[in-house]
Amino acid sequence: MTKSEFINLLASRQEHLPLRDVEASVKLMLDMMGDALSGGERIEIRGFGSFSLHYRRPRTGRNPKTGEPVTLEGKYVPHFKPGKELRERVNEHAAS
Amino acid sequence: MALTKAEMVEQLHEELGLNKREAKDLVESFFEELRGALERGEEVKLSGFGNFQLRDKNERPGRNPKTGEEIPVTARRVVTFRAGQKLKTMVEAYVGPEPA
Repeated sequence: MTKSEFINLLASRQEHLPLRDVEASVKLMLDMMGDALSGGERIEIRGFGSFSLHYRRPRTGRNPKTGEPVTLEGKYVPHFKPGKELRERVNEHAAS
Repeated sequence: MALTKAEMVEQLHEELGLNKREAKDLVESFFEELRGALERGEEVKLSGFGNFQLRDKNERPGRNPKTGEEIPVTARRVVTFRAGQKLKTMVEAYVGPEPA
């Protein structure tokens, strides 16, 4: 499901809110989540999961075309850990 | 400090003028519909943010770390998140305390 399909689904379950409010809300929520992570802040949603940053140490990589060594700086990457309810619902449903 | 649903509700109220009840319902539904889609086996692609995907894992041997007893880890379906390029780039710019 794409973002616009997801927004339509969400709007169909919120009949008191016009689609444009749902669209703006989803955009705002995703922006807040991106801003939190890019500022080094965690996101904690009980029953869904948490997002945090994982550190990747500096390393020497290679240009795959030329084979030349390239110095790669240390960096942070986003990480998601599913919460208990999400883990259980996804797994139980798959098993049945 | 971590970003929570309460803070999202506050922002939807302040920035978009939704009333508190509407904002709370919407934030709750947002995460509930994500869970629902994944539960139905449907992956969700939120462009600019990332994709929530599903992986079916086979049973594998495991052991109780305390007792050393061997117990199989049962087959299961798990959710994985792959950050999108935009989010990755935003996060790479973060210069945090370098962990040892």
